[in-house]
Amino acid sequence: MAASEHIVGRGIGNKLILFTVVLVAVIWMLPIAWTLLLSFKPNSELMISTASAFHPPYTLKNYADIFQTSGVFRWLWNSAVVSVGVTVGILVLSSLAGYGFARAEFKGRDIIFVLVLLGLAVPEQAVIIARHQMFSDLKMHNTYPAIILPGLSSAFGVFLMTQYFKAIPKDIDEAAMLDNASRFKIFWKVLLPLTIPAQATLGIFSFLGAWNDYLWPLISATKPEMFTITVGMASTQTNFAQSEGLGFLMAQAIFAGLPVFVVYLFFQKYIVRAVAGAAIS
Amino acid sequence: MTDVTLSPGKAVAAVKRPTGASIGPRWSNALFVAPYLVFYVVLLVYPLFKGIWMSMLQSDMFDNTSKYAGMANYHRLFNDKIFIGTVWNTVWFVVMTVPVFVAIGLLLALALNSSDRTAAVLRAIFFGTSVLSVTIVTIIWKMMYMPGNGAIASIFKLLGLEPVAFVTSSSLALVAIAICTIWWIIGLPMMLFLAALQQIPGELYEAAALDNASRWRSFWSITLPSIRRTMLVVVIYEIVAQFQLFGQAQLLTQGGPNNASRPIVLFIYEQGFRSWNLGYAAAASEILFLIMAVAALAQFFVSRKRVEE
Repeated sequence: MAASEHIVGRGIGNKLILFTVVLVAVIWMLPIAWTLLLSFKPNSELMISTASAFHPPYTLKNYADIFQTSGVFRWLWNSAVVSVGVTVGILVLSSLAGYGFARAEFKGRDIIFVLVLLGLAVPEQAVIIARHQMFSDLKMHNTYPAIILPGLSSAFGVFLMTQYFKAIPKDIDEAAMLDNASRFKIFWKVLLPLTIPAQATLGIFSFLGAWNDYLWPLISATKPEMFTITVGMASTQTNFAQSEGLGFLMAQAIFAGLPVFVVYLFFQKYIVRAVAGAAIS
Repeated sequence: MTDVTLSPGKAVAAVKRPTGASIGPRWSNALFVAPYLVFYVVLLVYPLFKGIWMSMLQSDMFDNTSKYAGMANYHRLFNDKIFIGTVWNTVWFVVMTVPVFVAIGLLLALALNSSDRTAAVLRAIFFGTSVLSVTIVTIIWKMMYMPGNGAIASIFKLLGLEPVAFVTSSSLALVAIAICTIWWIIGLPMMLFLAALQQIPGELYEAAALDNASRWRSFWSITLPSIRRTMLVVVIYEIVAQFQLFGQAQLLTQGGPNNASRPIVLFIYEQGFRSWNLGYAAAASEILFLIMAVAALAQFFVSRKRVEE
């Protein structure tokens, strides 16, 4: 690895490459900087021209308005409930199934595992119409379970955990078996603690995925009080022209983006590992 | 070791018989996978087949009934200019974005494959946008693209150029969506390539350095061959992902102007949940599934091959 760094970082091009990438990074941040800047401008001024963003007056009123007038808090709460629900559900189901597929033999297991893996190839769009129908028949739309449950059918977590359990040396559970421990006890006490890095990775992945999920919540949650923040932000931008101002919309966007950004900053290491791990497995 | 006893754990302590977990198959072991399988069957397998069945039904909006219509929905789709248009739009979008994801992703990975602090910060910037939701991304880009008042229009004016109406031009609307999409999720291919680059044994480069090989030469003869599989995985992953274009198009351009930027998923969404032509929408979703299944199968074979090696 040291040598591969060398190849990229050595010699004449060294500074030039760095300069170029920094320049691109600045361009990359420009849209967010622009949004941030607009969020501090009074709506009335932005109505005339957004060029006014480059000089005062600036105001915090748009942010103050969020606390008073918008549904953002309700939507953030809904998103939190949905994302935690999906994350916990996926972790429990995937850990159990991952252990099962990796360690606990039963008839037909390998065939079932292949069938589950095939599920990875099924895109959400291929099942979404029938799913919508099912939840309609049960009159369950606009409830938390309706938004959460479909996410638990994803095979990705099962695949990831199965790989992880398989990588744990078998001597560890065989030693426990000699001690007469039950299967579940071995899973719970001996192996599960060893999978904590994988749990963190899968957990953050699932949380961000559920938080940012758009299509299914858009279809299932049609009442504004059941919107997740992602769907809610879609509803504000489609009718912002007639109702609220530009600056207010930008403040909402920044505010709504903050929670995931904080999660990202805190868990960056795990997120990066999740992506890299998914690539190698 | 295998065939011991089924008596519950508590009774054993006194009798000293092996009653714990045993190696070998047992039906009770299936209990570990059963909870997931319930969700898998009810919410994935069943709707998958129900969707195929629904795609062969013609629903009657007035009395809310539907009857079997065979391939009628598919037949109608192939004669629907708007649907065919959405297929081409989506294919065009994939063709526009996937090479850029690969090229920029790889360039960023090469430039940032280093353990120093600057590289870490830069990586965080490029990956950071991926954690935003599509609805926040489109708000941000609406402000960039806003005709007359947006950031890009202002920059054009500043440079003395005629501002380009991105989202309202039928030839540029999809390009505008593509730019916003690349900005949004370039981090993923970058990370995948970074992971691949770090797997390359350093000795290869040391040997090349001894031979006085140029940077270009080691890139072409060491780096590129070593990450060939990752490249293929990225390509196929991005093809599958970009075929699912939806939110950006729905929110930035509403598929317009004049259907110029309407992707397949937006068509499915509107037919299914705006016009309530469920059978018709289901048929469109099966066609999308078929296109994507081909790509996903390719990915499966690629990754299996890699495991075997």
